[in-house]
Amino acid sequence: MENLIALLIAAPLLGAAVLLVGGRRLDAVGHWIGTLLSTTSFVFGVILFADLLGRNADDRTLMQHLFTWVPVAGFQADVTFRLDQLSMTFVLLITGVGSLIHLYSVGYMEHDERRRRFFGYLNLFLAAMLLLVLADNYLLLYVGWEGVGLASYLLIGFWQHKPSAATAAKKAFIVNRVGDMGLSIAIMLMFTTFGTFAFGPVLSHATDASEGRLTAIGLMLLLAACGKSAQVPLQSWLGDAMEGPTPVSALIHAATMVTAGVYLIVRSGAVFNAAPDAQLVVTVVGAVTLLFGAIVGCAKDDIKKALAGSTMSQIGYMVLAAGLGPIGYVFAIMHLVTHGFFKAGLFLGAGSVMHGMNDEVDMRRYGGLRKYMPVTFVTFGLGYLAIIGFPGLSGFFSKDKIIEAAFAKGGTEGWILGTCALLGAAITAFYMTRVMLMTFFGEERWRNQPTRSPEAPSAEPAAEHRGEHAEPHPHESPKVMTIPMIALAIGSVFAGGFFSIGDRFLHWLEPITGHSEGDSPLSAGAVTGATMVCLVIGVGIAYLQYGRRPVPAVAPRGSLLTRAARRDLLQDDFNHVVLVRGGEHLTRSLVYVDHTLVDGVVNGTAAGFGGLSGRLRRLQNGYARSYAVSMFGGAALLVAATLLMRAV
Amino acid sequence: MNPVYYLYLAALLFTIGATGVLIRRNAIVVFMCIELMLNACNLAFVVFSRMHGNLDGQIIAFFTMVVAAAEVVVGLAIIVSLFRTRHSASVDDASLMKL
Repeated sequence: MENLIALLIAAPLLGAAVLLVGGRRLDAVGHWIGTLLSTTSFVFGVILFADLLGRNADDRTLMQHLFTWVPVAGFQADVTFRLDQLSMTFVLLITGVGSLIHLYSVGYMEHDERRRRFFGYLNLFLAAMLLLVLADNYLLLYVGWEGVGLASYLLIGFWQHKPSAATAAKKAFIVNRVGDMGLSIAIMLMFTTFGTFAFGPVLSHATDASEGRLTAIGLMLLLAACGKSAQVPLQSWLGDAMEGPTPVSALIHAATMVTAGVYLIVRSGAVFNAAPDAQLVVTVVGAVTLLFGAIVGCAKDDIKKALAGSTMSQIGYMVLAAGLGPIGYVFAIMHLVTHGFFKAGLFLGAGSVMHGMNDEVDMRRYGGLRKYMPVTFVTFGLGYLAIIGFPGLSGFFSKDKIIEAAFAKGGTEGWILGTCALLGAAITAFYMTRVMLMTFFGEERWRNQPTRSPEAPSAEPAAEHRGEHAEPHPHESPKVMTIPMIALAIGSVFAGGFFSIGDRFLHWLEPITGHSEGDSPLSAGAVTGATMVCLVIGVGIAYLQYGRRPVPAVAPRGSLLTRAARRDLLQDDFNHVVLVRGGEHLTRSLVYVDHTLVDGVVNGTAAGFGGLSGRLRRLQNGYARSYAVSMFGGAALLVAATLLMRAV
Repeated sequence: MNPVYYLYLAALLFTIGATGVLIRRNAIVVFMCIELMLNACNLAFVVFSRMHGNLDGQIIAFFTMVVAAAEVVVGLAIIVSLFRTRHSASVDDASLMKL
């Protein structure tokens, strides 16, 4: 059974190779090859899952050793795969949601002449992501980590003819690079501390190392997670990453890749458990990001960017939970899975709306679409209810558990984190209701649009670029697109309940991550009640603002906070002022030092010798008699010196 | 007769030769002055040989004459070819070997 693990990765890798090398002759069938191989991987995943379920809870770790990658004495890197409950969960999420999104892309990318290439990249992403979650050591994980970074870059910049997409791809790649530095430093630290970077020895001996070392490793791992999972302070790339095709946003920038940071933290749980300072930083990062993303999501008029803010915020929840230690690991992963369902569903819904609206992304030009797109409306609506945590749906179970866990951390920290999480729940309810109302309810603002005024702050370059001035004719998407949406909607509705009832998910993951209840100052019921109150407040405010009143077609100026949030809370301005300007100043001063000091010494030496030889050259005037004088003079000096020495 | 007088004569001859080399422009005259210096040296060698009762100085004087003869051949050849190309035997005219 172990031998199947490599096939999980091999199938999509084969797909990527065939599609990218195969050339144009595969254009007609390429998308089906990609979908088929992704589904094959899913089938292998299900078989392995069934096998794991048939075993005892403490015997559910399968290892497959493929070959020794770097066989150097004292530095052994193996290509070994580890399939345990944690990686199994990810494998099913990645291949399952991945296959659905492959299917959706068949319809969504139908008119794109580079569709084959798109599926090649998607398969490449699946292979890299599976490698990331199946690796048995940090070095192999790093390979997958870089692989998903590459696939993400290729897919964000898939419409490379748009300068904005090309820039966004570069931005994502560069910001991710900062995080990757963290991961590579963490691996080096692990190697110097433990002499190895395989999961088994590192995690089981984590407590042997000094706490300072572990804190350093933990913080570097957190930096890596921040880069990949778009957490503050490396969050700035995710909003721009929405320049990629919508299925990419759904698969990579919502459901799977951006959760790799959470996987890394949960997988390295033993390190974090022994480094409380690092854990505290993780929770702070999570709490800050969940509010940051939520606030950004409130102000965006671009439907995909609003959802991107929401993704950032939801991953903030997961990171917060992962920072809580054994109280939260299980719930971080549970929220990750349910989020995978409902966020992928929401993005696919957004893609479907855009598909029917001539690729318009500005929600101020939507409205009243529920009549025209019933399937999209229902599936998007279920995803919406799931994400805001409507009782009984997925988000309710998973998010509620995280909020409980935050309070259960205990002490002042517990209260602060719990309050942040509750506040986040209220804001989530607000912005998702806003998206819902602006898109599917209200007047049909897409009819008889006035020409857009150029200074409209919500202007999306993408929409302008396509220059669609004709009135759109909203229509439901084809079946190949709606079926994945329906499947994800089913997941959004039932997954949370299925996982939570009887604590199935908890029992499944507990052997890997461990679990403790913590000591909550509030009862579970009180937390749920508070969450419900927040939910109602958020939805209510959104309804008063966007449901009762008509939505203006041009965004009002808004308060200072709104304007800041529209600019992603000035993240780019901050990066520009601090990093870009700072870097420029540093470079300029270094160039100045180089020009004056270093070049000065070099050029000064050269000029000194040049001047000296220029003067010495005068001696060579070509007159034999003057040479003779110097010869006689020299000889006379020598004789005089000799005589003098003798006399002494 | 005191051999030291011969040394004074050698020094005098050498000085005359050196002065001639330095102040005369005509290559032939300069050349003759060089001969004068060489012969002043020869004289000194012979005198020292006599003073110390050692024949080495006389032998070296022969060597010097041989070298001087060879030098005369080469030197005159250079002066003749210089005169042919530049119609002048002035050493100051042959001042092209400079930067």
